[in-house]
Amino acid sequence: MRYGAEIVGIGVFAFLALLGAAFAADVAFQQHMWVLFAVLVISAAILMRNISFAPKAAASIPFREGDTAYMDDVVRYGTIATMFWGVVGLLVGVVVALQLAYPDLNIEPWFNFGRMRPLHTSAVIFAFGGNALIATSFYVVQRTSRARLFGGNLAWFVFWGYQLFIVMAATGYLLGITQSREYAEPEWYVDLWLTLVWVAYLLVFLGTIIKRKEPHIYVANWFYLSFIVTIAMLHVVNNLAMPVSFVGSQSYSAFAGVQDALTQWWYGHNAVGFFLTAGFLGMMYYFVPKQAGRPVYSYRLSIIHFWALIFLYIWAGPHHLHYTALPDWAQTLGMVFSIMLWMPSWGGMINGLMTLSGAWDKLRTDPIIRMMVLAIAFYGMSTFEGPMMSIKAVNSLSHYTEWTIGHVHSGALGWVGMISFGAIYYMVPKLWQRERLYSLRLVTWHFWLATLGIVVYAAVMWVAGIQQGLMWREYDDQGFLVYSFAESVAAMKPYYIVRAIGGLMYLAGAIVMAWNVYMTIRGYQREEEPIGGYVPAAQPAE
Amino acid sequence: MDYHTMREFADSWGLLFLTLFFVGVVLFAFRPGSKKSAEEAAQIPLKDD
Repeated sequence: MRYGAEIVGIGVFAFLALLGAAFAADVAFQQHMWVLFAVLVISAAILMRNISFAPKAAASIPFREGDTAYMDDVVRYGTIATMFWGVVGLLVGVVVALQLAYPDLNIEPWFNFGRMRPLHTSAVIFAFGGNALIATSFYVVQRTSRARLFGGNLAWFVFWGYQLFIVMAATGYLLGITQSREYAEPEWYVDLWLTLVWVAYLLVFLGTIIKRKEPHIYVANWFYLSFIVTIAMLHVVNNLAMPVSFVGSQSYSAFAGVQDALTQWWYGHNAVGFFLTAGFLGMMYYFVPKQAGRPVYSYRLSIIHFWALIFLYIWAGPHHLHYTALPDWAQTLGMVFSIMLWMPSWGGMINGLMTLSGAWDKLRTDPIIRMMVLAIAFYGMSTFEGPMMSIKAVNSLSHYTEWTIGHVHSGALGWVGMISFGAIYYMVPKLWQRERLYSLRLVTWHFWLATLGIVVYAAVMWVAGIQQGLMWREYDDQGFLVYSFAESVAAMKPYYIVRAIGGLMYLAGAIVMAWNVYMTIRGYQREEEPIGGYVPAAQPAE
Repeated sequence: MDYHTMREFADSWGLLFLTLFFVGVVLFAFRPGSKKSAEEAAQIPLKDD
């Protein structure tokens, strides 16, 4: 391969980063530009070392052959990146959980809770979840369209550009650069870069669909496409801001007051709806039928699921702003649409689960299908809990408490995590042409570690959250608050410790998975008893 | 165009359009003869790797 244009492009950007560091308006920007400069120079050096100087004619023949096949190298890289960022993001999660229980673990200034928390949320949502979505969407769209990815190396730009976004976002948080918007903390220059990468992603995905050889666009691609398009819209509008200086790390939002709050939660809730739900439903509609070896239960239900979900989700954001300055009618609207979301969510859950009808015995013998079924079950549970918590009366107890954290994690660890793990377990042997995974027994270990971890986490957070909510609203007969705020904080300590243990179990499961995936890629197979025991040899009748 | 005209448009014509579009989608999904094409589409992922 020759990387002439790429190296020149990276060189130009490295030079701009150097200029940014030289003329920086504030110290944080200067440090951030040095990070960018270092990352770009190292990337350019790696590319230069990998240039092949073979004559061009010889290099072009295998290229033409490869041109017709699926472009899977980028999916392989994406799978490894997903695994890597998954372990990193969960590890940071365990660290921040321990920081809450043991405040001495806050190491000023880079590693205190305020900077580590967005590192955790962005690492798990955007680095782990985003890479899982990009990798699986490239895998699924090629196979269901029977077409190679559109745009040649553009897919590589999407992959590496997205990793650069993650590195810039993560280092920015630790340096103290944030625009303080939930799930959209990166500052304006990182946002602009992500916009560019995302448009390229849309082009690759849509181009592949347009040049498909299959007449019908399979439902998984509808979900992936709605995720890409909606995230583009949400990202651009939510991040409309004016930088203080073009060489500075500070910017101000285009919105003010309650409009700004509503824009943030319109973004925030639809990041849940379209990033963490629609995208991963795309995964479900491809990988569950593949792993079960049966078509989806009702294809027509999946079409209704799709349209109902995207028509309703977009209005649900105001439920994050109950009892605030947001007009009452808008709060009620958010609540009503959230409750209506029960229908498509449970329709989708039933559709996913019923795909296994007639093949339920696979739950006993196939830990990967078990993982996917658990993911769908958690999808059902957290989409039941969410609308319930959006009801104003319930919200007045649950809002701002640990219950919300528990709810988010039953969705994120249970649904998003488990369906991604299932998809990776399915893809890895196929991508590296292995007969099977290194070990199915280890998948069972992962399944139980993760499941118990989630159960511990969610149960503890329910108790903690309800106790917290009740303590905050407890009045005595004189009309005074019974508990000071600090007392409700102190009451959380045992729950914080148990929560960290739950998170640690989930992390342990992910590490077991990383080992399993690594050994599968290396081509090893563990000798082990098959699940369900050996089939007894048939005895001839006497 | 101020906030109130936009809001009035949204909760009248906008609402009507989205509702009709959704009803149309449901009717289209369950139109006579859709069962066969839906079953074909459901087989897409299973055809090969």
